[in-house]
Amino acid sequence: MPEHRLKALTPLAQARPVIRSVGRITIAENPDVALASLAQRRGREADFTPRAEALLGFALPTPGHAAQAGDWGAIWTAPGQWFIEAPFATHEDIAARVKEAVGDAASVTEQTDAWVRFDIIGRDAIPMFERLSAIDIHAMQAGQATRSLIEHLGCYVICREAGSRYSVLGMRSAAASLHHALIQAAESVA
Amino acid sequence: MTVNRLSGGQIDRNNTLRFSFDGKNFTGHPGDTLASALLANGVRLMGRSFKYHRPRGVISAGSEEPNALVELRSGARREPNTRATVTELFDGLEANSQNRWPSLSFDAMGINDLFSPFFAAGFYYKTFMWPAKLWEKFYEPVIRRAAGLGRLSMEADPDAYDKGFLHCDLLITGAGPAGLAAALTAGRAGARVILADEDFRLGGRLNAETLAVGDGSGADWAAATVAELATMPNVRLMTRTTVIGAFDHGIHGALERVSDHLPVTPQGKVRQTLWRIYAKRSLVCAGAIERPIAFVNNDRPGIMLAGALRAYANRWAATPGHRVAVFTNNDDGLRTVADLRARGVAIAAVIDSRADGAAISGVEHLRGAMVVDTKGRQGLSSITVRTASGEMRTIACDALGVSGGWNPNVSLTCHHRSRPVWDEAIAAFVPGADLPAGMTVAGAAAGRLTTAAALRTGAEGAASALADLGRTAALPDLPRAEDDAPRMVPLWYVPHTKGRAWVDPQNDVTVKDVKLAHQEGYKSVEHLKRYTTLGMATDQGKTSNVTGLAVMAAMTGRTIPETGTTIYRPPYNPVPIAAFAGRSAGADFRPKRLTPSHKWASEQGAVFVEVGMWLRAQWFPRKGETTWRQSVDREVLATRGSVGICDVTTLGKIDVQGTDAAEFLNRIYANPFGKLGVGKVRYGIMLREDGMVMDDGTAARLADDHFVVTTTTANAVGVYRHMEFCRQCLWPDMDVQLISTTEAWAQFSVAGPNARKLLQKIVDQDIGNEALPYMGCAGITVMGGLRARIFRISFSGELAYEIAVPTRYGDGLIRAMSEAAQEFGGVVYGTEALGVMRIEKGHAAGNELNGTTTALNLGMAGMVNKKKDSIGSTLSEREGLVQPDVLNLVGFRPVSKDAVMSAGSHFINAGAVANAANDQGYMTSVAFSPSLGHAVGLGLLKNGANRMGERLRAVCPVKDLETEVEVVSAHFIDPEGERLRA
Repeated sequence: MPEHRLKALTPLAQARPVIRSVGRITIAENPDVALASLAQRRGREADFTPRAEALLGFALPTPGHAAQAGDWGAIWTAPGQWFIEAPFATHEDIAARVKEAVGDAASVTEQTDAWVRFDIIGRDAIPMFERLSAIDIHAMQAGQATRSLIEHLGCYVICREAGSRYSVLGMRSAAASLHHALIQAAESVA
Repeated sequence: MTVNRLSGGQIDRNNTLRFSFDGKNFTGHPGDTLASALLANGVRLMGRSFKYHRPRGVISAGSEEPNALVELRSGARREPNTRATVTELFDGLEANSQNRWPSLSFDAMGINDLFSPFFAAGFYYKTFMWPAKLWEKFYEPVIRRAAGLGRLSMEADPDAYDKGFLHCDLLITGAGPAGLAAALTAGRAGARVILADEDFRLGGRLNAETLAVGDGSGADWAAATVAELATMPNVRLMTRTTVIGAFDHGIHGALERVSDHLPVTPQGKVRQTLWRIYAKRSLVCAGAIERPIAFVNNDRPGIMLAGALRAYANRWAATPGHRVAVFTNNDDGLRTVADLRARGVAIAAVIDSRADGAAISGVEHLRGAMVVDTKGRQGLSSITVRTASGEMRTIACDALGVSGGWNPNVSLTCHHRSRPVWDEAIAAFVPGADLPAGMTVAGAAAGRLTTAAALRTGAEGAASALADLGRTAALPDLPRAEDDAPRMVPLWYVPHTKGRAWVDPQNDVTVKDVKLAHQEGYKSVEHLKRYTTLGMATDQGKTSNVTGLAVMAAMTGRTIPETGTTIYRPPYNPVPIAAFAGRSAGADFRPKRLTPSHKWASEQGAVFVEVGMWLRAQWFPRKGETTWRQSVDREVLATRGSVGICDVTTLGKIDVQGTDAAEFLNRIYANPFGKLGVGKVRYGIMLREDGMVMDDGTAARLADDHFVVTTTTANAVGVYRHMEFCRQCLWPDMDVQLISTTEAWAQFSVAGPNARKLLQKIVDQDIGNEALPYMGCAGITVMGGLRARIFRISFSGELAYEIAVPTRYGDGLIRAMSEAAQEFGGVVYGTEALGVMRIEKGHAAGNELNGTTTALNLGMAGMVNKKKDSIGSTLSEREGLVQPDVLNLVGFRPVSKDAVMSAGSHFINAGAVANAANDQGYMTSVAFSPSLGHAVGLGLLKNGANRMGERLRAVCPVKDLETEVEVVSAHFIDPEGERLRA
């Protein structure tokens, strides 16, 4: 990536990601992920899917699911639409790279800084989510992803490992409020 | 040793808890409720009644309690109307009686009781009619002070409350024999089960009765069953949890009292959690509530339900007295005698209203007799009994157990308006048809009043609910249990007596009040309730509704089912408003959205303003500035004189891509976008379907198939939703993809004659007039290579740009730009200066785009392109919207330079009376223009475009303000637009 003179702040407005442990739960702000929205263009399924899957190296996940292999991850977000994840340090230009792969078969939009991502790790994650969202968190398996209200905000919840590892994507501007809600719920069950 | 503590019971005598009631200290044990501990300490008098201030004691042993309401705790945590019967005793518990003055034993307001003939139902409605104006200021406050329940603390609630969400196959409400058998059945079958009970000990009546279950006691079976259930990972046992309502689609509300049994809510923990339970099936095992019999002076402390007497004796080893009488109309009530005698309590007499009830040996058993009166000022001392032969007997006793039968607890079954039906066999209402979808009922709640029937129907109910879900469940081997058919002869009130017989002790409603309601024509149960207040307040008539109905039936000569039914609404029991609010209280009422420059702005001491969920910097005070105007004037003048920077990230940004993107914008904007060149920006207005302006903003064309649309901050979500609706529902055949990028980019406006000079220090490429002309846009890099976007657009009338970088770099960019601006004496300005400058320039904003204005009103009729079709274009031509005298947006200035103008003022022609008929329009926006040195305003004026130079009155009756104003162009600054093209 090109060198430039601007310093980045995390969504919680810190130089370094905020990582907090409450009881048996760790809530980690994770800004090290680049995100792009990938939306298939109308009538272009035939050339879209192979191009996208060639880039990712795995099949695009079906509704309600997320998939990951190597550097790339994908989360189904809407009919014909996915969020593509990759490490920020090496993929800050994610939108350009995805667009290059899919060409005019899809629309690609940079979403990296539109979201704050919190990784929630620990055995009390389930009772914590019970206090945050209407998701049936007990039934959620690794590789499942859904959208749900948390703290009045539309968030994506991705199950990385059932019962102990989840990611929450929420609107970046409300990162502090969302973080506060997560901490409160963690304290409730600590 | 406490005077009324018996042997045995399910209390932990190894530990002693201290507590106080009305300042007096007592002791109890873990496992006690406040009510059981008070009884054990010989306290029968626990409260004063609502209206007559009658001395009252505990009636029940559960959440149905109407009488024993106390103020619990002190200070900010003081909670009124807490039922002593469900308050778990903890060390240091502090309770006070309520609705008495100066003390519980001597209550001056007890004088109300002497005047009771005046205070019959409807008294207030009839008496305090005149003069009407005295009601609010005098009568009501006085009555409220004399009547009523506990006092609020008037302080903020110091505790936190959670809301949560649970999912299950089967929700079982109530953990008595039916609920436990159901949970065992469903739990062993592997189903996801939630078993919720409001008690802290599961088992329901099994803990209160001595009836054998299997080879042991009911309580032992309950404990063993709970122990097995606790080992099942698929079963969630929720104690202290009241299911408060059945809502749509299997959703139930449940209130868990997480910390109410602790002296103080632990740090970081919540007091209560309001659960929303998504249940595929629901089995109501809520049991039954015993009902009293109404007789004269049946409300004295010491008189309680017979089942409650047994519960206190068996579970809590407590008794209200040592010489107890029993008054019953059924066999169940008779069991009280054996239970109390087994614990050494003397039985004064058994009064059985039935002549043919089973005879009990060893006690005075008066069959065919009724209690007709009682004595004892602050607690029962004797009862008067009319025997079968008509003889009057006075029997000394200090407690009386009353049983009029049992009412199945049908509350939850009624929440979707299902009406219960009358079951003659038990003389009670049982759940009707049309229960909430997925709900079934078992045990006593279904009118199956024996232990064996409860166990059996509970197990069968669970199996059948699971079968409904396609699962098989084997019925467990159920223990042997009592299965005697209940025998009772209905008796609602004791007839042929004089005096007041209470039906609803919580609201002080007597049999006479029901008679009076009937006499005055309030015969429908709904009218009865409103006229007498029967069944209202915290207990919602759990012990009184059916009796009230029965009395009304007797008055009308109809049967009870003919008279009507009573149904229940959620919540089943009172729920603190704080629990409904959950975490959304105080500063956390709603989430806050912070701009990318928020941290920097906070460091500068910015004053913030809420704009929707956003916090935006309103102005940046500097040292020596004492009023907001000084700061804002400085920011405006510095911007117009040199350069100003403003965070405009909050404006909505919507990425529009696809081969049909241009045509899509053509349809949603009134003005055309098809031919907008790549690298160009155009201002646009969107109309609603009805022709009114919905929003304004810009669209920048980044590529043939790629636009970025901006919206106002307020309408960002609404416009995006509207565009999604158009894409998905109106024109699904178009190839268009939309996504919000509002949060992805930190965007700043840089405006003023030195804007380019400043930006040239930031931007890596040339942004001169040729490279980036007015209304151009480009992808650029800044600060040595960071990808960014620049748009040459202006809402201030100055040479201006908007520059955007990925949000994480927004803080870095504002720091870099504000530093670079110092060289030019530039500033960072807030929303207030932004507002001043847009008014000076005559730009419509939220005040003008108020949902009632058309493009014609706003002077933008020419933008509604007639060569193409777009949303709202046709309806904007409606006759009424295009009259010659429609409102036009024009500018106003005060005739006298120093005069003040006020937004919201209405325009009245000189010499005309200021009334609605003479209304010429209204002022929408006003600001003090530091550039011009006087106030400037925008307003909508009838035929305003043709009234330049006219003088009018701007009248604001609300502020009692009138200003003479002159109609001028809305463009106060640089009307030719030379600055922005500079």
